[in-house]
Amino acid sequence: MLRRLIRLTAVAILFIAGYAHSITISDLKAIAVGEPDARIEALNKAVINADATTAAFLQALSDDAIKVAGDSLVVIKDGQGFDPISGASIPVPTGAEDVMINNRMRGELDSALAALKLFSKDENTRIAAIKQLQSDADENKLPLIEKAFAAEPNAQIKEQLGMVRAAALLNSADKTKRLEAAKLLSTSAQANTKTVLLARLQIEAEPDVKSALQNTLRQVEASLAWGDRLGALFSGLSLGSILLLVALGLAITYGLMGVINMAHGELMMIGAYATYVVQGLFQKYLPGAFDWYLLASVPVAFMASALMGAALERSVIRYLYGRPLETLLATWGISLMLMQLVRTLFGAQNVGVENPSWMSGGVQVLGNLSLPYNRLVIIAFAAFVLLSVAWLISKTRLGLFVRGVTQNRAMASCMGVNTARIDTYAFALGSGIAGLAGCALSQVGNVGPDLGQGYIVDSFMVVVLGGVGQLAGTVYAAMGLGILNKFLEGWAGAVLAKIAVLVIIIIFIQKRPQGIFAMKGRSAEA
Amino acid sequence: MSLTITSTLSAQRRELLPTKSPLLTRTGWSAFIVAVILVCAVAPVLNLLLPKESIFHLSDYAVGLVGKIMCYAICALAMDLIWGYTGILSLGHGVFFALGGYAMGMYLMRQIGTDGNYKSKVPDFMVFLDWKELPWHWALSDSFVATLFLVVAVPGLVAFVFGYFAFRSRIKGVYFSIITQAMTFAAMLLFFRNETGFGGNNGFTDFKRILNIPIATPSMRMTLFVMSGVTLLGFYLFARWLVNSKFGRVLQAVRDAETRVMFSGYSPVGYKLTIWTISAMMCGVAGALYVPQVGIINPSEMSPGNSIEIAIWAAVGGRATLIGPIVGAFIVNGAKSWLTVAYPEYWLYFLGALFIGVTLFLPQGIVGLVKKLKGAQHDA
Repeated sequence: MLRRLIRLTAVAILFIAGYAHSITISDLKAIAVGEPDARIEALNKAVINADATTAAFLQALSDDAIKVAGDSLVVIKDGQGFDPISGASIPVPTGAEDVMINNRMRGELDSALAALKLFSKDENTRIAAIKQLQSDADENKLPLIEKAFAAEPNAQIKEQLGMVRAAALLNSADKTKRLEAAKLLSTSAQANTKTVLLARLQIEAEPDVKSALQNTLRQVEASLAWGDRLGALFSGLSLGSILLLVALGLAITYGLMGVINMAHGELMMIGAYATYVVQGLFQKYLPGAFDWYLLASVPVAFMASALMGAALERSVIRYLYGRPLETLLATWGISLMLMQLVRTLFGAQNVGVENPSWMSGGVQVLGNLSLPYNRLVIIAFAAFVLLSVAWLISKTRLGLFVRGVTQNRAMASCMGVNTARIDTYAFALGSGIAGLAGCALSQVGNVGPDLGQGYIVDSFMVVVLGGVGQLAGTVYAAMGLGILNKFLEGWAGAVLAKIAVLVIIIIFIQKRPQGIFAMKGRSAEA
Repeated sequence: MSLTITSTLSAQRRELLPTKSPLLTRTGWSAFIVAVILVCAVAPVLNLLLPKESIFHLSDYAVGLVGKIMCYAICALAMDLIWGYTGILSLGHGVFFALGGYAMGMYLMRQIGTDGNYKSKVPDFMVFLDWKELPWHWALSDSFVATLFLVVAVPGLVAFVFGYFAFRSRIKGVYFSIITQAMTFAAMLLFFRNETGFGGNNGFTDFKRILNIPIATPSMRMTLFVMSGVTLLGFYLFARWLVNSKFGRVLQAVRDAETRVMFSGYSPVGYKLTIWTISAMMCGVAGALYVPQVGIINPSEMSPGNSIEIAIWAAVGGRATLIGPIVGAFIVNGAKSWLTVAYPEYWLYFLGALFIGVTLFLPQGIVGLVKKLKGAQHDA
């Protein structure tokens, strides 16, 4: 069994063609026991010419699965002993002791394993290995990195590997190599390049190398600044798209119907829990199609929240039309009950909702800027929901009725529109969109009973700022608030940014009390 | 010609004006005096003089609870002035309550002196943050007189500035409610920060003395109880006088038809701003009485939910009646202190149902219901 495991690891982790040097038990023992310096030297020597057996041994060492007894080493797996060279099952000798690994040794071991992973067949493993080596590359691993650099087929990874190589060269004893490293690193846009450069600058003695390094540092910092700015813009867009999803539902219930729905956040929470339930069902009955559970949960989340919304409208809210302050209090009461209901059903703890595999990871745009797939998907989803709602309101019969009832309820009623039913539909639609927002939120944040509470103030701000009865206002307000928030956050911290945004909104409302896009009309009460 | 019109008009107006109603009716005054006696004499005697075994003994727990609820009742009364009589629903009264509480808390923290855990002259949480000096906003916290001033002035000033900007740009109705909720949220975040110098999420606690008198003694507890009761009754009379005055009638006109008030030549901004600031100051006083009784103040007092709860006290008792909010505060908080112990998981269901039930079925609150039942009896 271990044999197969070793083979598999060997295939997965490592493949170096052309090296037939086979490792001996004494080589391995030099790594496992002895003086720390000698062990590290042996380790570095073994890594340069490593084969599958060495890789498996190092992995086992790092997993604390090696025991030593006298002259022999044993790999322990599920309580049984195996020979590290042949992989044959052998008895665990009595009195076998654990191999001691101190922090320094463990650090060396980790970077050795990372260096070996540079030869993995899997691109993601190689990229992860490069990430790890970026911060702790030293000259000892240079031969290995050079070799990997030469063998690398993917141009993009090769470029990143070049940076690791340059970082390793930076600590070389040879002055010309350091100068070369400074030149190579100037095109890097990685945050840890800056760290490496700063660390070297501290100890660099040669003045010309020092000035070259400082030059490089400036260039790296300039390109990092761009990444930071774009990163803030992207997280602003991401926050904005979430705010938009949350506020779209409110724009319908409040903007079109005039209902202050304090339970909107809890309808989102219902959508998020619906996603959680669908996830559970897929895990149980359709584990093969687990990656697609999210697609199935979108309509489920919509329907769950929409039905709850329709029930609320029929039972409570319809009796409070025209009394917005009372509606506010009653819906607050509803939100308290819904939260407690979820606590009773699912417990007060957060529940775990996983990203499907196609949503994990991201696109690396710049060295210090990567766009996670889940955020990108949510931005696209928000755009999709926005377009659907715009279409629904402006092009369909239901939308026509909703607009008619909003503009003149009595007249719409006279024309044969069942206004009570339209109210229910419109409220259910707004609630369903809240459910969609909850489904989206479950992919980026925690799902718990108070999920909705954190967004309700922000989303009302979006609606107030955007102006009532206009989808365009909601879009501009959501995106504007999201981006403003993230830029202020980078500058002043999260809490102060939030307070600043609230102050800015209050000042803004001084100038335009009806929001960015006011409904034009002559009503004195407007 | 014009002179006769004016004189007939003024004569008519005099007829239209309701006769000035007395502050309280005869029964009202008797009930008021009974309440004063209950608070100032009966409760202290039952609590301090009667032995613990006596069935008439008022337990310390009951004194603490009623004292606390009387502070809440002041808040409900303040909420009633702004919501019940002026039609402005504030979701930010918890902030004013907490600001008054924090002002008092700062004084109480200074009263600890060097008796804290770290034996330092600055409060413990500052030692924890490695602060050597008191921040500037603690400058007045040393003096009790200045604290009494701050308790009223800080909530008043915050309310005045906020209200000035809000009312000036004619933000009203639910817009105003939402903006006040945003203010509450922002204030809570601000007070949760350590660097603002209000003790972060732990707030202020471990109080030892007030006016150099130990705070955790039965007689001090009774003193605070009596002060809360007297303040509540005093505020009740004040509110009664206020709503019966011309000022109060303009407020009710603003509530019922603000546009018409404007077209009649009144500027509602000044009226709204005045009652808003007065209401905030009352909440500040309530907070200052509350903190020494419960012995702690932290930012969770500012959470948006607390502010909305104040509104429900007023709604349960009956808006636009002054006795209603006080009754409501006692009923809701009494139920809360019983339910959160007996059936903790049902408390939120109960509170939620209360919000829904009162708005749907009892728009006039309990006082309205009693009046209606009495009216039905008269008719029969």
